[in-house]
Amino acid sequence: MIHLQDIRKVFNAGQPNEFVAIEGVHLSIDSHVVTALKGPSGSGKTTLLSLLGCMTRPTSGRIILQEREITSLPERFLTEIRRETFGMIFQQFNLIKGLTALENVMLPAYPKGEKHAVLKRRAMDLLALLNLAGKALARVEWLSGGEAQRTAIARALINNPAIVIADEPTAHLDSALSFEFMEIMRQLKADGKTILIASHDPIVYASDVVDRMVDIRDGKIVSPGDGA
Amino acid sequence: MIFHPGILALLLGSGLISAMLCYSGYHGMQIIRHWDIHSGSERQLELERRTYLVSTVMTYALGFQILSLFLFIYTADTLSPLFVGAMCAAGSLKVNSFGYPALIGKIVNCLLAGLWLIVNATDNKAHDYPLIRTKYWLLLVITPLVLAESFMQAGYLLSLRPNIITSCCALVFSTESKTILSDLLSLPPSWSQIAFISSMIVTLALGLSVYLKNKGVLLFSLASLLHFLLSISALISFISTYIYELPTHHCPFCLLHQEYGYIGYPMYGAMLVSVVSGMGTGVIHPFRTVASLRQVVPRIQKRFALVSGIATLIFALITGYGILFSSLKMAD
Amino acid sequence: MGAIEKQRHILDFTLSSLGRRKGKNIALIIVYTFVIFLIASVLFLADSLKKEAAQILQDAPEMTVQRLAAGRQDLIPLDYIESIKAIKGVQSVEPRLWGYYYDAFSGANYTLMVNADLNDHPGAILIGAGVTRRSEPGKPPQSLRKNDRIPFKTYEGEVLTLQVKGGLPAASELVTADLILLSEPDFRKLFAFPHDRATDLVLTVKNTKELATIATKITRIHPDSRPILRNDILRTYDAVFDWRGGVILMILSGVFLAFIILAWDKATGLSAEEKREIGILKAIGWETADILLMKFWEGSAVSLTSFFLGIFLAYLHVFLASSLLFEPVLKGWSVLYPHFRLTPHIHSYQIAVLFFLTVIPYTVVTIVPSWRSATIDPDAVMRM
Repeated sequence: MIHLQDIRKVFNAGQPNEFVAIEGVHLSIDSHVVTALKGPSGSGKTTLLSLLGCMTRPTSGRIILQEREITSLPERFLTEIRRETFGMIFQQFNLIKGLTALENVMLPAYPKGEKHAVLKRRAMDLLALLNLAGKALARVEWLSGGEAQRTAIARALINNPAIVIADEPTAHLDSALSFEFMEIMRQLKADGKTILIASHDPIVYASDVVDRMVDIRDGKIVSPGDGA
Repeated sequence: MIFHPGILALLLGSGLISAMLCYSGYHGMQIIRHWDIHSGSERQLELERRTYLVSTVMTYALGFQILSLFLFIYTADTLSPLFVGAMCAAGSLKVNSFGYPALIGKIVNCLLAGLWLIVNATDNKAHDYPLIRTKYWLLLVITPLVLAESFMQAGYLLSLRPNIITSCCALVFSTESKTILSDLLSLPPSWSQIAFISSMIVTLALGLSVYLKNKGVLLFSLASLLHFLLSISALISFISTYIYELPTHHCPFCLLHQEYGYIGYPMYGAMLVSVVSGMGTGVIHPFRTVASLRQVVPRIQKRFALVSGIATLIFALITGYGILFSSLKMAD
Repeated sequence: MGAIEKQRHILDFTLSSLGRRKGKNIALIIVYTFVIFLIASVLFLADSLKKEAAQILQDAPEMTVQRLAAGRQDLIPLDYIESIKAIKGVQSVEPRLWGYYYDAFSGANYTLMVNADLNDHPGAILIGAGVTRRSEPGKPPQSLRKNDRIPFKTYEGEVLTLQVKGGLPAASELVTADLILLSEPDFRKLFAFPHDRATDLVLTVKNTKELATIATKITRIHPDSRPILRNDILRTYDAVFDWRGGVILMILSGVFLAFIILAWDKATGLSAEEKREIGILKAIGWETADILLMKFWEGSAVSLTSFFLGIFLAYLHVFLASSLLFEPVLKGWSVLYPHFRLTPHIHSYQIAVLFFLTVIPYTVVTIVPSWRSATIDPDAVMRM
């Protein structure tokens, strides 16, 4: 589904603090599979996730998403694709304070211009699915850690994406919530979604939900975790 | 004289617009030199971010340019009591030799800015910014024109002195003075009526052909321009007389007055929309063979043909209404 | 996909976002409103005064003929009337008697004018509102009443006492504040005025288009005369009010610049929270154009609020509170201040000029900062 070919990503090129985050990476992510990216901080894990999630362009190399080359796509098209195809869950949840859970969940769909009532219905359904119906109108600052996590997941699902990307999702969660997270991922996998998780948490990469593990270190793939 | 608030506003406005254009032009030059869509380098990403800036600046610049066109006419109108013989903007503009050129320059710049924005919008719809260099070259051409118009406007406004004797529209737009306008007027009204109506029919027909079959785009775009010019001539030669209910009043500016229901604004607005969208179809026509624009261009042309047609009809309706309900009966 | 729905959503988010940063936005709106208030006040006042002057001058004679002696106004011989009346197109010629009288008691200059109706009532005067308040400088203001007397010193050194028989309408205070109407005999006595002269002549003509021609003819017959057309006066007033208005605007340019710098500062100084929010929006699927749209709505909301609030306050200031701040400069300097209420009048032209002088510069200054905030890399959010 996603193919990275000879990807290289450099920051601050030509300056004294030039930094090569990723070098010579070849990677193919299959659909309907849960892939875990494992590596220490500074390994380029986050950058790789960024590239896979179409949030940034590689310095060189090619990226192909669902048969379509997206390497040089201008931002407006890339964003459109990203909005439709990916759902992002961040380490810090990154919910917008001052807004309710419901509003946060609806946000990614605003630029699409759907009818408000339709959007709201879908958001409420997602929250209900994650047992958050009662908290829909609560401000996100008042939510507990677990509730915030589930709100973030609901937000990632609002545009019905094929691929879910999670960056260190359990970093700020206790064990119980971490297990709960993986169970939600199991459910999403059963629904046919492709999932990418970057984590150095054993609860994540040792879970049986994970089909494939990719090891990354110093900007290079150490073990692709499959035959390729 | 320069302390008049309206004059200060116009000078400030055109100063800002010129600055915005120069700023855009500067960034445009960077983009022309270093742009490479296939590169993922940081410079390229920065340039892509810059194009957003230029688009935004140009959009605002066009908006302000149109507003300043109307403010310019309005100001000339407001100042007319200060000049002996001037009864409205027509007389004020005649006070020195910069007046009418500045006005024409403003109108031309409105059109050019509108066309640039159409090229820009087309470019943005393709996946690889195919027209990026073209549009920034165009920008570099438009910028000196805008600067020239700012200078002409400043020249006009700064050399205004009250009590200068000038002529009012009755003389400017009469058959005795030796100007292009008077030549237009010395044509029998039936000529300009026929020209106006036939150019409108032709333009609408061609527009329909572009809309339905995407054929005749260049002809349509030329017809739009022609119809625009003939509309102005028609306004001066007969349409205005019906609205003023006075066979000798030909002034194109008094239409904007309150006493005529500000009818000039929707009329001129419709005319501008019509000509910009009409010519817009032609301006992007050369690019229909570019790979990434093959489907984009016809779609945009179709939409603009529709917009142009509707605007032309709106203008025709307002004109027709004005003529039908006028108490003026002209012997033909 | 509904473009209108999209705008609605983004506008929705923008307004809630403005609400979340009340403090910063309110400070900006206050200053913005203040600047608009100042500029609008100047525009309204100048325009209103022009209209008042035009209104009042409506009743002024179309043409006044004065006589000059060495470039200064001198008394005009009554026998000029015959020769001027003979000019084709002149309907009537009437002599006018008026002059200035310095009242040592109050330190004020009064305008004395003969009113034919008073000729049967020698000793009676009608006074304007400013004269009613005649009092010694530094002492509490008095109020003259009917049948009170005012002593005048004649040019022959005698005292002429005149009795107040009524006041001039308060509505005309702008031009009649310092006016005293009296009878012809009293006038001639007070100023030792020669019997064969008048101060000037007023003309009415059959066709106003002929005014200029008639004026030329008069100067040909009497080279020492100076015809003044009402339109010339109107034009001069217009120019003076415009000029004075413009001068105040230039003085306000300091305030204006401070405002622009503040706007720039507010726009560029995104708090960490704001940056984070925009980054999140971009990460979850908003693109740069969407953020720019949001910034556009933000600017519009702020501008529109300040614009209407500023205009409203300026309206109150000028038309209800008599422009406390600007009165002195615009009306001129004199001991007698007319108290009057201006007729409320707003013209769309002033609104347009106001827009150009305030909203447009504000918008321009915020374009680059808006863009900078809109082009935050979504990638950066991942690293937060």
